[in-house]
Amino acid sequence: MQVIKRRKWFYILSSIIIIPGVISLMLQGLNLGIDFTGGSITHVKMPPGVTSADMRATISELGIDEAEVQKSGDEFYLRTSELTQEQTDELMQVLRDQYQEVEFMSAESVGATIGGELTRNALLAIGIAAVLMLVYITFRFEWTFGIAAIIAIIHNVLVVLGAFSLFQWEVGSAFIAAILTVIGYSINDTIIIFDRIRENLRNKRKEDYEELVNRSVGQTLNRSINTVLTSAFPLIALLIFGGSTIQLFILAMLIGFVTGAYSSICIASSTWYDIKTREAAA
Amino acid sequence: MQRNTSIAIIAVIVMAIGVISYFAFPPLFKNINLGLDLRGGLRVVLEAQETEGEEVTADTINKALSILRTRVDALGVKETALYPQGDKRVVIEIAGEDDPEAAVNILKNTAQLQFMDEEGNVLLTGKNLVDAQARMKQDGSGQAEITLEFDKEGARLFGEATTANVGRPLIIVIDDEAISAPKVNGPIMDGNAVITGNFTAKEAQDMAVLLRSGALPVSFEVMEKRSIGPTLGADSLDKSINAGIVGLIAILIFMIGYYRLPGAIADISLFIYTLLVLGTMVALGAVLTLPGIAGLALSIGMAVDANVIIYERIKEELRLGKTLVASIESGFKRAFVAIFDSNVTTLITAAVLMYFGTGPIKGFAVTLSIGIVASLLVALTFTRYMLILSANVTKNKKLYGV
Repeated sequence: MQVIKRRKWFYILSSIIIIPGVISLMLQGLNLGIDFTGGSITHVKMPPGVTSADMRATISELGIDEAEVQKSGDEFYLRTSELTQEQTDELMQVLRDQYQEVEFMSAESVGATIGGELTRNALLAIGIAAVLMLVYITFRFEWTFGIAAIIAIIHNVLVVLGAFSLFQWEVGSAFIAAILTVIGYSINDTIIIFDRIRENLRNKRKEDYEELVNRSVGQTLNRSINTVLTSAFPLIALLIFGGSTIQLFILAMLIGFVTGAYSSICIASSTWYDIKTREAAA
Repeated sequence: MQRNTSIAIIAVIVMAIGVISYFAFPPLFKNINLGLDLRGGLRVVLEAQETEGEEVTADTINKALSILRTRVDALGVKETALYPQGDKRVVIEIAGEDDPEAAVNILKNTAQLQFMDEEGNVLLTGKNLVDAQARMKQDGSGQAEITLEFDKEGARLFGEATTANVGRPLIIVIDDEAISAPKVNGPIMDGNAVITGNFTAKEAQDMAVLLRSGALPVSFEVMEKRSIGPTLGADSLDKSINAGIVGLIAILIFMIGYYRLPGAIADISLFIYTLLVLGTMVALGAVLTLPGIAGLALSIGMAVDANVIIYERIKEELRLGKTLVASIESGFKRAFVAIFDSNVTTLITAAVLMYFGTGPIKGFAVTLSIGIVASLLVALTFTRYMLILSANVTKNKKLYGV
């Protein structure tokens, strides 16, 4: 597998994927859900024929502002400013009076201060996880592997964040769990390849780093592909059959896993090669 | 080992796993704790409101929790979990009520009882209360009232208050709201009082419970509230279990298709793995949430990974011309380091998630961690034993996909 010779192309490919996402992140940011911004989402199932406009009209009659109505089949997601219990009850009552067959699915209210904490905790969690992994990898391997692994992680996180920003998919607290899982999973992938490089380094034949990396990637390629397949099967099944509540959570993981497999094979090993040869030359 | 003995052992193991799976899965599924997102219910995060000069400490929250627990028991709120979150917060989860919001509205009352004179001086508080009971008014109005009994200190204070205010009203305030202002006819020295107001029987009952349990040391505000209707919960559970089964079948077919004999062994070991994970969750009383199901599905994918790494390694060793048994032995040995290092790094993220996450996210991290450890155990013990057994049965390398 000629990974190292083609590494410029992989870098270009990754840049083509990442740069639009990063620009989008800077320009329009992420579509933050109420977990971050505070507010309420009321999820109801209405009888057939009710339109988003009908729902909006009812909400504005109640004097609730900042309503954003999302329709999915007969189900509606009403995103509003933070509602008190009384307001939610009133909303449900008015809807029931107007349309009779109204089914309450769920209601969420989050105070604005919680959102700030969530962001802080998320960044802290990702930071701590990254540092702990760097320490572990340096301890078990050597620092060059740690740096290459962290670069691959940043690569993967940027791809997922970029995709969510470009398509403006909503980001909630589960998204943070998805990102952390992507980190854990892709590091797992990277480690398998690094483990092989480490092993091949020990019983070193007469070969340079380029051949060594290529050989190691080739030896682990079947595993890399089969594992991303077996992990993707349940995710794809959940994405298709799992219901709307966790779709975005699953989607974030799926994008992250596929990216993780690609970056482990193409980016992590190439970056390690670049760092290692530079270190050896210095 | 003899070929026939190996066949017999394999047959017994496969049958045993079949029988155990058949009998163990249904009760495991029945006994697993489902999160609110899968069964419907209400989760409320309350935050203690700091007032000037009164800092909220862990002690305050613990006191509040124990008072809230007393209230839950006394009010008979069904299937409730109460626990602290961070330094200033309390989480209430209610799964067994038709109207959980109403229950929370009652529970979170501070229930600070005060007796004031006309000038607004506080003469006596609920701190000195021994008992509070609801009863129907004797005048046939259908309204209820609450009788109060004070301790010795309270009786003395109440005596002083009534003595000083003969002919004037004493104002009874609960949570900054004046409930009634009866005129004092004469000094009351026995430490008994009655609150009359516009109470229904239910309101009076609830109020009596709140007063009896004592006032919360601080007042609480709702910070976050999530309520899941029972339909949505049941729907999510069905859909995700079905999806999980579809994903699992895809994995089973892929493994047999690609890895042949060892693939079949991996498939069998997945049943043990799933039993182990569900069993551990039931034993620990861990909560299965919707993201938790995703975590479970994911950990199955990762459990297969351990097998994939081992089998690829065995194939490599076979290609080098080693014998089957030697290949299995060295394949395991070499794969172990890779599996260990990769799983530790994943465990690190799961641990971080467990520490920072709340509710469903924590559920996801717990499920994932249990899954990782279980997959290591199963791959290194069961899978290995089965591979060696089957190597006794047939040495045909084609069955190993080489």
